[in-house]
Amino acid sequence: MITTNPSLHKEKKSRNDLNEMLQETSALTWRLFIQLIRRPSTLFAGILQPLIWLLLFAALFSKAPIDFLPGDSSYGEFLGAGLIVFTAFSGALNAGLPLMFDREFGFLNRLLVAPLSSRSSIVISSVIYITSISLLQSFAIMATSALLGYGWPSLEGFFLIAITLLLLVFAITGLSLGLAFVLPGHIELIAIIFIANLPVLFASTALAPISFMPEWLGWIASINPLTFAIEPIRMAYHNSVDLNAVLINAPYGEVNGYSCLSILLILTVGLFFLIRPLLNRKLA
Amino acid sequence: MFFIQLRDLFKSYGPVRALNGLNLEVPKGSLYGLLGPNGAGKSTALRIICTLLAPDSGYVEVGGRDALLEEKETRRRLGYVAQDVAIDKILTGRELLQLQGDLYHLDNKYKRKRIEELIQRLDMKDWIDRRCGSFSGGMKRRLDLASGLLHEPELLILDEPTVGLDIESRSVIWGLLKELRNNETTILLSSHYLEEVDELADEMAIIDQGKVIASGKPDDLKKELGGDRVTLRVREFSDEVEAESVRKLIKNINGVSNVVVNQKQGYSLNFLVQSNEVISDLSGHLSKENFEVFALSHSRPSLDDVYLQATGKTLMDAELELAGKRDFKLENKKSMR
Repeated sequence: MITTNPSLHKEKKSRNDLNEMLQETSALTWRLFIQLIRRPSTLFAGILQPLIWLLLFAALFSKAPIDFLPGDSSYGEFLGAGLIVFTAFSGALNAGLPLMFDREFGFLNRLLVAPLSSRSSIVISSVIYITSISLLQSFAIMATSALLGYGWPSLEGFFLIAITLLLLVFAITGLSLGLAFVLPGHIELIAIIFIANLPVLFASTALAPISFMPEWLGWIASINPLTFAIEPIRMAYHNSVDLNAVLINAPYGEVNGYSCLSILLILTVGLFFLIRPLLNRKLA
Repeated sequence: MFFIQLRDLFKSYGPVRALNGLNLEVPKGSLYGLLGPNGAGKSTALRIICTLLAPDSGYVEVGGRDALLEEKETRRRLGYVAQDVAIDKILTGRELLQLQGDLYHLDNKYKRKRIEELIQRLDMKDWIDRRCGSFSGGMKRRLDLASGLLHEPELLILDEPTVGLDIESRSVIWGLLKELRNNETTILLSSHYLEEVDELADEMAIIDQGKVIASGKPDDLKKELGGDRVTLRVREFSDEVEAESVRKLIKNINGVSNVVVNQKQGYSLNFLVQSNEVISDLSGHLSKENFEVFALSHSRPSLDDVYLQATGKTLMDAELELAGKRDFKLENKKSMR
């Protein structure tokens, strides 16, 4: 017989809020990973696309008539950092899609009618999932670059890459989740992802250095968040890690490694504060 | 003692007023039916009780607590089965129930035991380990009901639980609701199926245009009509003037009451008669005034008659009328968080 037992609620209340939050967050994160395991095509597409770029662009510019790269690196080595960041950026930009589908298909209501310890669990689970996937995809690109002979960073460099990617992924994931709550449907979100993805890549130092760009594009590239992530990673690949070193010769001045990471941190914190009221309102 | 009390609830979606001063009291441990056409405000009221939606104004009490202030405690005490089944197509039925258990912070041992109980009771064992995307409407609805019951809620809220279901699934769900009703669970069920409310509800309210227009026990509401229901047509297609003349004539006959002209059904006349003799006398009265009896039906009063008496139209006519006025795009947008 199916029963109800009002006293059960009192027993359950004895469990503390932190345990409850861990339980709900891990369950929601696990749900996203089950979806990924059963539908892995997005994971592979996220790795394959930058790899194809790496192979094609490295081949395309291998015999460029002008030596436009700084130092003596090959184009493949130059391009690697850009594609690692692009992979993480694209993955993070898609972070809002699962949430948008949950909104559209009513699954979010199922979550919101549950007595969640904190509704932040819904956002935190998305952040954990997207961060894991973006890092996994980026490291797959790094491994393939190494196999193609484009090098592997030192341990110090590896940590710098991980920190840089984490900052970028947090910022862009926050932005994407915010958009998922603001936009009316997944079509609009996909449209924004399409519009933003490639222009942001081309208007950064992923494919060419600022010195090779026309002045107006150099200005855009030197304020593009992707550039502040690409250059520390490029340094981690090609030199010893020195965050005091000048990494970007921007039209407005020189930017060193510390400044790049600080800008990414400010962007992450700024976006968090920007979307926080929105999330509070939507999840209230 | 009431488990749910709604007072003066107002809610608008843009220019459309969904709730217009709704008042409702649901006794503890009862199965309470909300009857009304689609668009009458039933789902909006349920979503407010579930804390999914905030009213523009009004007071909501669930289990003695202010549901608008103590949202989390309210959520802990209720199970909600929404009108549109929201399931994750990639998960299996069992995984969905496990997720639900974690969202309600059930411990693993209890969760497993409870899931097994519900699988047995709702006859889901043959398909529970399949992905939800392959389920029929009835399977999804049973799974959704199991989700709503997993944490043994004191209050179960069901929004149109059997819409579009096959007979077997409907029978399973009705059986379970009857069982729960006998077990102190308060159940609030919305439906536009008359027979569902008639069969299941201990008490009910009829909602029309965002407010309660009649409430009580179904049998009492039918008895209050005061006799058997008669539908009369003096011609296949009468007009308003003729129908009004007949109405004036028969309302003065002894034993006839509550005469209503049903415009939507060819200006037929609906009224109550206290005995069969009144029906026998009816044709005499009509022929004196040169009216004929084209069609006459006589039945025990149903909830549709209660609805007709309260609103001047049948539930189906109200349904059709509202369907043309609803802005589904706006409603969908407003229902999304």
